[in-house]
Amino acid sequence: MIKKSAAEMAAALSAGEVTSVELTQAHLDQIAKVDSDVHAFLHVDNDGAIAQARAVDEKRKSGERVSPLAGVPLALKDVLVQKGIPTTCGSKMLEGWRPPYDSTVVTRLKENGIVILGKTNMDEFAMGSSTENSAYGPTHNPWDLSRIPGGSGGGSSAALAAFEAPLAIGTDTGGSIRQPAAVTGTVGVKPTYGGVSRYGLVAFSSSLDQAGPCARTVLDAAYLHEAIGGYDRMDSTSINEPVPAVVAAAKDGNIKGMKIGVIKELQGDGYQPGVLKLFNQSLEILASLGAEIVEVSCKYFDYALAAYYLIAPSECSSNLARFDAMRYGIRVGEGSAEEVMNATRQVGFGREVKRRIILGTYALSSGYYDAYYGSAQKVRTLISRDFDNAFGKADVLVSPTAPTTAFKIGEKANDPIAMYLNDIATIPTNLAGIGGMSVPSGLAEEDGLPAGFQIMAPAMKDDRMYKVGAALEAALLTKWGKPILDNVPALGAK
Amino acid sequence: MSNISRDDVANLAKLARIDLSDDELNHLSNELAVILDAVARVQEVAGEDVPPTSHPLPLKNVFRVDEVRPSLTPDEALSGAPAQEEQRFKVPQILGEEQ
Repeated sequence: MIKKSAAEMAAALSAGEVTSVELTQAHLDQIAKVDSDVHAFLHVDNDGAIAQARAVDEKRKSGERVSPLAGVPLALKDVLVQKGIPTTCGSKMLEGWRPPYDSTVVTRLKENGIVILGKTNMDEFAMGSSTENSAYGPTHNPWDLSRIPGGSGGGSSAALAAFEAPLAIGTDTGGSIRQPAAVTGTVGVKPTYGGVSRYGLVAFSSSLDQAGPCARTVLDAAYLHEAIGGYDRMDSTSINEPVPAVVAAAKDGNIKGMKIGVIKELQGDGYQPGVLKLFNQSLEILASLGAEIVEVSCKYFDYALAAYYLIAPSECSSNLARFDAMRYGIRVGEGSAEEVMNATRQVGFGREVKRRIILGTYALSSGYYDAYYGSAQKVRTLISRDFDNAFGKADVLVSPTAPTTAFKIGEKANDPIAMYLNDIATIPTNLAGIGGMSVPSGLAEEDGLPAGFQIMAPAMKDDRMYKVGAALEAALLTKWGKPILDNVPALGAK
Repeated sequence: MSNISRDDVANLAKLARIDLSDDELNHLSNELAVILDAVARVQEVAGEDVPPTSHPLPLKNVFRVDEVRPSLTPDEALSGAPAQEEQRFKVPQILGEEQ
C-alpha cells in the first residue's frame, strides 16, 4: 500500500478497503524501518498522526463529506509551523521551540483531513542545495545513501522516494522544491508566487519564498496544490484569485498544439551529458504527443545566479534579525542585551547562514547598496522581461531542473560557488515570481541516478505545467513499464 | 579581486550581531571576496534606464479593516520565551548605566 500514489490511497480509503489509521500506521512503520538510514525526519508525530487519522476515519464512517485527500499521510518541511509540534528550520537557534499557532498551509492540510506524519529535515533556514547544512545532520538520498537528496527540502524529497510518505510540503526560494525532486526521481512544484500563503512559513527571502506540493505523481501534486493553495488574508502578498485548475489539467494531459519553448541559456556547459540526453529525449516525446518545440533565448539568465546571491542574502540578513534571543529560541551568554544577542547568534547559526547574513549585510550597507543590491534588483527586471518575451513565443518554457544528478555528501561542502551553481536553472522563476515544476526525466546513463525535467509557466497559469508534466509522465511510464521509483534499492534491510 | 579585509568582516559581524570567532573572520574574508567577485557582474547590465524590481507582484499598500480578531493569548505568546516575568518577555539590560 505504501508504494501506491496518494490518489490511489485516497480511492482505497473512499472504497473502505483500508482505514486512515491503517494507512498512517503503515507509513509510521516504514519510517521506523528506514529513517535511521535516510534521516528524512527531524520529528515524527506518532500519536498525533494516529489521532488525526482516527478523526478522519470517524468522519467518513458517519457519512460526512470528506475532501479528496482526506486520510492520506504527508510529511511537512520543518520550516512551516505546526501548533505544539517542534519546529527547528534545521537550526540550533530554534531547538526545542514549539510554535503556538498553525501556519495557513497546516490549517488547510488539517481542514482537508490530510494526516501530518512529522517534520522533515532541511538545510538550515532553507539555505542550501543538499540538506548538508542542517544542524541535525544530513539526509541521505534513498537512491544511494552516500549522496545528497537535494536541498533545501531534502527531507521531503527523500521521504517520498523512501516511501515514508506519499505527499510532502516543500518551500522553494531558489529551487528548494524542484532540485530535490529532480535528484530523487519525484515531482515538485513551486507555484506562482502568492499562490500559496506564506503565513507561518519561517521567512528566508520574503520576495522569493514559496511553499508548494511534493509528490510521486503529477496528479498527486495537483490534488495537494489545490488543497493548500488560494488567497489568505493573513498573507498580504497572497493572490486574491481562484487557484488554477491544476487537477483538471493533470487529468487532461493533452498537449496537442501547445508551444513548448526550450531556453537556450539553460543547457550546454556545466550540464551533465546524461542529464541533457534525458532532457532531449523528453522533448522528443512531447513533440511526438503533438507539441510544437521552439527555441527561445533569455540572455539575462546568465546574470540570474549573481542577482539571486545578492537579493536572497540581503533579505535573509533582514529576516533573520528576528532571532534575537528575546522572544523565542535559544538564549546564550550573559551581560547586556547586545552581548547576549551576539553570543546567541554565534552559537545558534551555522556556517552557511552566517555567510549569507554577512554577505547580505555587506550588500545592503551604505556605499555598496546601489552597486550590489540595487543592481541585482535591476537584473531582476531584465529577467522578468526575458520571461515575458519568451512567453510571447511559447505557452510553457522548459529546461533540465538541475545541471547534474545527486552528488556525494561532502563533495561540494567547502565550495560555496560550486554549491550555488546547482540552482542555476531554477532561480530565474523565483526572481520573476512565476511557477515551475520538476518531473522525472529518467536515469542518467553515467550513474543510473534520476534527473529532472523543468516546466515553467506564466504567473497564475500553473495549470499549463501540470498538463505538460502529466503528458510527459504518462508517456515515460509507458516507455519504462513501471514507475521510476521502483528502481530505488531496498532500504532498512539490515 | 574584491578587497574585503578581516576588519571589514568584523565590522559587518558587529552590525549583524554575531560574535564570529577568529577562525570564522579569517575564513569569511577570503570567501566573501570570491563570492563578491562572482556576484559583482550584475553591475555589467544594470543600466540607468532599467527600473529595479523589489518584488514579483506589483503591490502597493494592502489594507484591512481595523477590527478585533482572535489572536494568541499572553501565555501562548510567551510560551517560547527564554525568560519571562509578569506576562512579559524578560530581557537582559538594554541601556547602559550612563543612559
